[in-house]
Amino acid sequence: MPRVRPMRTEAIVLRQRPLGDADRICVLFAPLHGRIEAVAKGVRKPLSKVSGHVAPLSRGTFGIAPGRSLDIITEAQTLDAWPSLHDDINRMTEALAIAELVDRSTDLDIAARPLYRLLHQSLDALASTPSPASIRWWFTLRFLDQQGYRPELEACVRCRAVLEPDGNGFAATEGGVVCPRCRSGGLGQPLSAPAFRLLRYMRRSSCEATAQVNVDAATAAEIERHLRLSVEQALDTRLRSRDFADDLARAETLGKRATNAASSGNGQREDQHRATV
Amino acid sequence: MRRSPATAPTIARLIDAFHRLPGIGPKSAQRLAYHVLRAPRSEAEDLAAALLDVKNSTKLCQICQNITDADPCELCLDPQRTVATICVVEEPLDVAAIERAGVHRGRYHVLHGAISPMDGVGPDDLRVRELLSRLGDPEVEEVILAMNPNLEGEATAGYLSRVIATMGVRITRIAHGLPVGADVEYADERTLRAALTHRVDVEPEQNSDGS
Ligand SMILES: [Zn+2]
Ligand SMILES: [Zn+2]
Repeated sequence: MPRVRPMRTEAIVLRQRPLGDADRICVLFAPLHGRIEAVAKGVRKPLSKVSGHVAPLSRGTFGIAPGRSLDIITEAQTLDAWPSLHDDINRMTEALAIAELVDRSTDLDIAARPLYRLLHQSLDALASTPSPASIRWWFTLRFLDQQGYRPELEACVRCRAVLEPDGNGFAATEGGVVCPRCRSGGLGQPLSAPAFRLLRYMRRSSCEATAQVNVDAATAAEIERHLRLSVEQALDTRLRSRDFADDLARAETLGKRATNAASSGNGQREDQHRATV
Repeated sequence: MRRSPATAPTIARLIDAFHRLPGIGPKSAQRLAYHVLRAPRSEAEDLAAALLDVKNSTKLCQICQNITDADPCELCLDPQRTVATICVVEEPLDVAAIERAGVHRGRYHVLHGAISPMDGVGPDDLRVRELLSRLGDPEVEEVILAMNPNLEGEATAGYLSRVIATMGVRITRIAHGLPVGADVEYADERTLRAALTHRVDVEPEQNSDGS
């Protein structure tokens, strides 16, 4: 649905996909327009003037004009390139997960100022923080809140009992923490005291403060599990970008396994191929 | 595509077939179809044979995964090319482009795509395992990552670097910077950063007469 008149807006580029031989469709997210899909023409050719300015995970100002069937990006100027989100694979993975949430949750052309502000702040923080995963958790808590799925962390979602630090469970299907008594009915998954404490801390703290917290691997895995279930519950979909996070986590093992396979004689030798011809 | 009933169904079918090709609009499809119609029979037979041959006789080279008529491919069999360096690219067309530049004298590896986390395209969808098994060869010293300088390329290069880092092979990435013919004025921030970071010394001018 092309718009009627040209406009200029600040926006964050969420993603792109190829269109024809030389063009790309860009998904932008703008404070007053929400999701915008527009074509960046000729960006896959080296001399395109917009090409470097429509990269996913960047913020810029965009001129958008109605085209025959799709909107066209007529000009683009980068405000934040966030190089570290592109050069550092860990940061990129977290940033993509955040971008995917925004992409999946918003409709075309709907004002989304609070979500825009949250996205902007989170990507800014991701670009400089030493602990990118906690920024994504911090984002996810607020994202769920804005989408109307605020996880209950104060009282038991089932019986409203005030929660003690220990022995609780997390039930994504119910929308938050359940007390030991309700949990004994088999509701939710165990919620450790450190994970519960961290969830509450992230809810009331700034993203800078959240980035400072040291999180052990077990607690991180637990938070990851609870938030992933909550988000998939809220958006009613599986998140693709988390699959890549899993692939990345397995990368070193894969490399080591390939080395072992080679040293035990299973590796191909290039010169053997040459010899058999 | 809307077409007048005056177009014979056989021609309409050919127009449709051309129209499905990348970069061919309805007008061009029509022009091509009528060209084939008017051309001598032998030309049509050549075209048809070429189309079928490309489907029947090409396969992937078992070593580099490039599209080839003979397996292993010519590049993998060329004794002049060193086994020590493998240049990893996204698509078969990238091999042709790098070959035209005439600088790389090693081998290639074609991934057939790039990782795109948001589209659900992961390493298992690419020819990554085939690459890793090649890196087991002790003669391989360096892997050149020649991915496109976009998000998918960066994700792919980042992932491969992490996997290969444990394998004791040198990893390099092709440099990014300003394309020939581009204006500095229009360059984006990241391109300029890359161009400045990887700047090179200007050699003092050589006098041709040696004085
Ligand atoms: Zn309860
Ligand atoms: Zn080959």
